[in-house]
Amino acid sequence: MTQEQIKTAIIEQILEIAPDIDEADILPDKNIQRSLEIDSFDFLKILTALNEVVGVEVPESDYAKVDTLEHMCEYFKERVKS
Amino acid sequence: MSAFVMPSLGADMESAVLMEWKVKEGDRVEKGQVIAEVETSKGVIEIEVFEEGIIEKILVTEETECAVGMPLAMIRTEGASTTEKISEQSTPEPVAEIPHADAPLEAPIPEPTIQERIKASPAARRKAKEMGIDLFSLAVQGEEIHLSQVESATPAELVEPKTEVSGMRQAISRAMSRSNAEIPHYYLGTSINMTPALRWLEEENKKRTIKDRILPAALLIRAVVLSLKAVPELNGFWENDAPNIKAEIHPGIAIALRKEGLITPALLNAETMNLDQTMHSLDELITRTRAGKLRNTEITRQTITITNLGDLGVESVYGVIYPPQVALVGLGRIMDAPWAEGDALCVRKVMQATLAGDHRATDGRTGAKFLEKLNDLLQHPQELL
Repeated sequence: MTQEQIKTAIIEQILEIAPDIDEADILPDKNIQRSLEIDSFDFLKILTALNEVVGVEVPESDYAKVDTLEHMCEYFKERVKS
Repeated sequence: MSAFVMPSLGADMESAVLMEWKVKEGDRVEKGQVIAEVETSKGVIEIEVFEEGIIEKILVTEETECAVGMPLAMIRTEGASTTEKISEQSTPEPVAEIPHADAPLEAPIPEPTIQERIKASPAARRKAKEMGIDLFSLAVQGEEIHLSQVESATPAELVEPKTEVSGMRQAISRAMSRSNAEIPHYYLGTSINMTPALRWLEEENKKRTIKDRILPAALLIRAVVLSLKAVPELNGFWENDAPNIKAEIHPGIAIALRKEGLITPALLNAETMNLDQTMHSLDELITRTRAGKLRNTEITRQTITITNLGDLGVESVYGVIYPPQVALVGLGRIMDAPWAEGDALCVRKVMQATLAGDHRATDGRTGAKFLEKLNDLLQHPQELL
């Protein structure tokens, strides 16, 4: 998966779980949960869905590394089996 | 034979639109089966039937607005003779019904104003628009308004912005006004060291796949439910000047809707769930709430309310009890805070737990026992599994 494909997958899942979010509001360097008002339940759902798409499971101890769209992309890019 | 009527889904509701029938005439229905969907200010609600029988006749078509209590269908109940009288109000099950407030439910609709053309000079008109002044307030029968009149207009003549109040806002407004007028609240609060519970949960989650992970919110709800088992006086209603304690625990969970508003649907029979079931049911409840797919039982049976404004980041919540419930548990944000342990001062994850109690139903001592139990359970999280 390319960085771009990963990014698309993440945005897709965010919009799937929180359909009332405007895609334009998902900014690369903003905290996903805070800026989009995504609570812990929806955040976990997004990560669960991404695990199925990308095949990478994010442990709770790594939550700080997936706080923004940019960081999440990098995190998955480093771990995804190409 | 009995009539299946439009149930009341809260004090605020006068009517709802029957959106869809899930059954047709001649269908056999079972107790608890969803047979229709109605649309209310709380979204689309699935309506369950409370008796077994056969749908004899459907009385209203889809997309009809129906008043509360209006018969929607006739159900032939098992073994019922045809001579049996038709019960008029067969909304069975004593739902946590709030009697209608004395105040009229609808806000008075202002008389439609006839938009007469007001005589005003173009300059006056422009200035009025700029300043947000309603020319009506300046108009004198038959006379033209001049610029100087507009400029000297007092703030009283400024048009007050009118805000549309949503149905949900009105419903909250009525329930909360009634609560504060009738319920003598008492408030208690305690700081809980959440470090042991969160550490335990972290270890527990390491053993699980992402699908089975438990969130702190589920652990907290489970702890509240177990505490209520120990102190049942807080779980139930104040009705007809007497407490009505419930054995079933249906905590109303405050769930924010992203767009606007807040709903507190019940996590039904939480007393029968272990931690995994609590997490699973809570997750499902949140999803359905946000998708506007709740059941009538879930929005009428709450026996207590739990509000966890943690995600909004306030430290403590002093809530207003939702009548006829007798208590509300407030859980604040879990935050790093100085904590004394023995002789040492350290930093711990700390949460403020508060309890709003109805003083007619319980005393502070009961509330204190509850908070003590809650604290105790959270220090021994393995007991919450």
